Order: sequence, then C-alpha cells, then structure tokens
Amino acid sequence: MTERITKNMARNIYFGGSLFAILIFAGLTLDTVKQIPHRSNDDQITHSVANGKNLWEVNNCVGCHTIMGEGAYYAPELANVFDRRGGGDEEAFRSYMQGWMAAQPLGEPGRRKMPQFNLSEEQVNDLANFLIWTSRIDDNEWPPNIEG
Amino acid sequence: MKYSSQMVAKPYFIFALILLAGEILFGIIMGLQYIDGGFLFPEIPFNVARMVHTNLLIVLILFGFMGATFYLVPEESERELWSPKLAIITFWVFAAAGVATILGYLFVPYATLAELTYNELLPTMGREFLEQPTITKIGIVIVVLAFILNVGMTVIKGRKTVITVVLLTGLVGLAVFFLFAFYLPENLVLDKFFWWYVVHLWVEGVWELILGAILSFVLIKVTGVDREHIDKWLYLIIAMTLVSGIVGTGHHYFFIGTPEYWLWIGSIASAIEPLPFFLMVLYAFSMAAKRKIDHDNKMALTWAKGTAVMAFLGAGVWGFLHTLAPVNYFTHGTQLTAAHGHLAFFGAYIMILFTIISYAMPIMRGRMGGNCAKAQSVELKGFWLMVIGMLGVTLALTVAGVWQIMLQRFPDSGALSFMDTQAQLIPVYKVRLIFGLMVLVGLLTYFYSFFVKEPAKA
Repeated sequence: MTERITKNMARNIYFGGSLFAILIFAGLTLDTVKQIPHRSNDDQITHSVANGKNLWEVNNCVGCHTIMGEGAYYAPELANVFDRRGGGDEEAFRSYMQGWMAAQPLGEPGRRKMPQFNLSEEQVNDLANFLIWTSRIDDNEWPPNIEG
Repeated sequence: MKYSSQMVAKPYFIFALILLAGEILFGIIMGLQYIDGGFLFPEIPFNVARMVHTNLLIVLILFGFMGATFYLVPEESERELWSPKLAIITFWVFAAAGVATILGYLFVPYATLAELTYNELLPTMGREFLEQPTITKIGIVIVVLAFILNVGMTVIKGRKTVITVVLLTGLVGLAVFFLFAFYLPENLVLDKFFWWYVVHLWVEGVWELILGAILSFVLIKVTGVDREHIDKWLYLIIAMTLVSGIVGTGHHYFFIGTPEYWLWIGSIASAIEPLPFFLMVLYAFSMAAKRKIDHDNKMALTWAKGTAVMAFLGAGVWGFLHTLAPVNYFTHGTQLTAAHGHLAFFGAYIMILFTIISYAMPIMRGRMGGNCAKAQSVELKGFWLMVIGMLGVTLALTVAGVWQIMLQRFPDSGALSFMDTQAQLIPVYKVRLIFGLMVLVGLLTYFYSFFVKEPAKA
C-alpha cells in the first residue's frame, strides 16, 4: 500500500489530519468546560471543600488511593467512600473519618500501611467534606458497585 | 561521529541509565510492599516509593530524549550544535534539580516539602506524575526552553530534514503541554480534565513524534535505506498518531465527571490508537528487509525492531484491551491499568532509548562499527532478560487485574472489598516480583556489556 502513497501525500495527511483532530478536540474541550460546573455541582465547593482538596494534594493521597479510578492502585477507591462508609449520613461520615485518621497506621501485621498524617480535627472535617462533594459528581454511574 | 558537539549526548545517556536503575529498584521495593504491607514502613511508605518510581521514569525519559536530540540534530543539520556549552549547563542544572527533588521526596514528609517550597503561592503539587514542587516545575520549564533554543538554532541554521522538523515539533509540543501542569483549579473534575492535557498528550501524542524521529534516524543509519522512503513512513506514522491520539484523550474522560458523549467519542478515536504502532512494526521490519548495508552494530537494529514490537504490544494491544467504554467501566483503575502502563512505557519509551544509546554510545567511544561481538552478545542477553521480564510483569498484572475485577467489580452482591481482594492476589504479586527481579538482572547484564573489553586491534 505504501508504494502508491508519495511523500507529499503522506505529509498532507499529517498536516490535514492533525489540524482536523486539533479542531475537534478544541471544540469538545469548550463544551466540556461549559458542562463541568453543572455535572460537578461547582456551586457546592465551599471553602472547606476547597481546603480539603488542598489537603488531599499536599499529603499525596493519590500516591496510594484512586479517586474516580485515577491514582495508585494500592489503596481503596475514595470517590464513593462517603457512600461506602458514611451510608449517606454526612455527620456519621465526618465522625468516622475522625476515628479512622487518628487510628493510622493500623498495627495488623502484613496489612498495607497508611501513614499517620497528624491532621487537626478541622482538617479532617475539610477532607471529609471534599470527599462528600466528590461522591456527588456525575461520573456516568461509575464504579459498578459500592466496593469501588 | 561527524561533529564533535555530538559528544554532549554522552552524560545525558549515562545519567538516564543510572536513573533507570533507580527506577527499577523502587519498582522492586513496591513489588515487595504489595506482598508484605509492612515492608520498609514507615521509612519509605508506598506513596513515596511510587512517586520516586514514576518521577524517575519521567525524568530519565526526558534525559534520554535530550541526549538523543543532541546526538542526532548536528548530524542531520550538518553543522555543530549551536551551543555545546549551554547543553552542558542544561545537563547539570537539570541533574541537580532532579536529584534534589528525589531526595526531597525520600527525606522530607510530602506535606513539609510542599510547605518548604511555598506550594501555597502557586499550588501545583500532589497530582499523579506531577508531584514535583512548583519550583522544580519552573526549573523544568527553564531547562526545556534552554534546550529547545539550542536545538532550534541548530536546526534553523543547518540542513532541515523531516526527522529534525518532526523531532522539534514533538519537543515544542512537550514544552507547551507541560504548561498545563501549572493549572490547578479547585474543581476536581476540571483539574482532572486538564491534567490529561499533560499526561495523555505527552505520552500518546507528542512523545510519539519524538519516538518516531529517533527510530527513523537509527533506521537510516543502520539500514542505509533511502531518506525518501523513511520520510514517507514517518509522516504516515505520526499522522495516525495525532489523528487517533488527540481525540483519543477521550478514553480518559469516561468516568471522571465529564459529559457522556466522551463514552463513544473516546472509544472510537482510541480504538484507532494501535494503528500507528502497527505501522511502526511494519516500518521497522520492512526497512530492515530492504537494508542496503549490513551494519556491524547488530544490536542497534535489534533494539529498533524490539521497540516497534514491544510498543505495539504494550501501547497498542494492551491499550486496546480496555479502551472501549463498556470494558473500561469494569477495568478502570485496576491492576489491568498498571499492566498496560508498564509494558507501554517500557516498550515505547525505554526501548527507544536503548535503541539510540546502543547505536550512539559505541561511536562516541570511538567504536565506529559498534561494540565487539562479545559485548554485543552480552547486550543481547540483557535485551532478552529485560523483554521477557517485562512481559512477565505485564502478564502477572493482567491476571491480577482480571481476578480483581471478578472478585470486586463484577458481583452485584457479595463483592469482596478492595483490601480483601488484594489479599487474595498476593500469589500473583509474587510472580510479578520474580519477573521484576529478572528485569533488574537484565539491566545489570546490559550495564556489564559496556565494560566488556574490546579485542586488541590486529
């Protein structure tokens, strides 16, 4: 097949094809950016949620966990941890988080270890609020079940 | 070697190989942590080991790309490098920043590192692969700009070939897309959406241009095939890469809060992504079949063909396995993703570095026809140990992934929890570790090939 294609044709396919792809992708990007606020409940990002996201980042949580399936695959998915551990009750989830974070690392031999991050009570609440907000993002019904 | 300034490539290659050894070492540490969760805790928690592992990978590939560029651009442009001195300064600045960052990961808690480097002034830290402190990211931008200036001036003032133009396009793209690393919005969905502008558009976009250019350069040198022919193939490959790869970013936009239409747009576009890699296999093998010279450096051609095949398997086949949305719904974020990542990075980006290093290093050491037969035979053993080792790691992770999905994702009721599932997978992780050790032995064998003595000249 390559005998019939000349170098000039190949070059035109490259320039034309890439330009076409870039234009489509740019268009879709604009539309996506417009839809994200609604799909993610952008108006519910409180100061506490934003602070929780920052704590998520500066403690490198994504170095072990996944969030909406992205991250490391060493520790549980956390985009739906509010549903899994809080059962939809915000107050219950925040107090669960206080207990869980304080108990790390668990002593069970051989079990994967989560470090102790020494977060304040307020910081743990922020983290919990970030995870509650995340659980309500419309992510096309992912994951398949509650285990993440 | 035609131009003395090509020699600046040497420290880049050597440093890339040293970083590769470190990367594999930390991979093995994590392999052990997958089996015994208490291993090296709390000295090196898993997240730290992973950060070191993946960041070393990225930095070593950048060093390799830079070395390859400094080696091939003068020869293609038929003139000396614009500023060899700048190339050496760039090397030391990048090496110092890289080492300091890795030491920071290892010896300072990450939150403290964020504080020490004033992350709050311009927060960019704490995202997968972009964990570097903001100051390091700024350093990377400066290094890359100095590098592109140096290469760009050489290309502009010299002979322009398709290889150098494609290479430069890839490098400029690399620099431009990295700028998205500085955008960290409060909205997690927006954050993830543009995070892929760096990660996907690097690995499945502009990096493939760089890969294609390096592969083409080596193929011309070791097969003697006409440039006309090479250029045509290179254009076709990168055309397919960008046509499928840019919109193919959509296969990451299925389940992160982005609109539904990505489910089918991402599936269709990324289903074509194996095609450029398949073309690359045809390319390498047909150029080898049509070769006009029999170069004494057999290993360079072996690596070139190996790169094409392993990149096709890792990026093409293993990527396609889980790229369709209905499949990805179950595989997303499992060990299957890790399986694909490992073979794709090794096959495409580590093996292309071995290809150019295998071709260029002997010449830089005054061995114009490649290393002696004995050294090449040692190198070949290293080749097979690493290739089989990586295939073993990948197959083990694939089994782990499928098993994980069956236990944890498929059942509507009675699904095992994540932690219970992982405990079931430990036997598979042991197999993975053994193949990982095989890769390390392969790398050490490869290193040894550099020290095999040349026979005395008759």
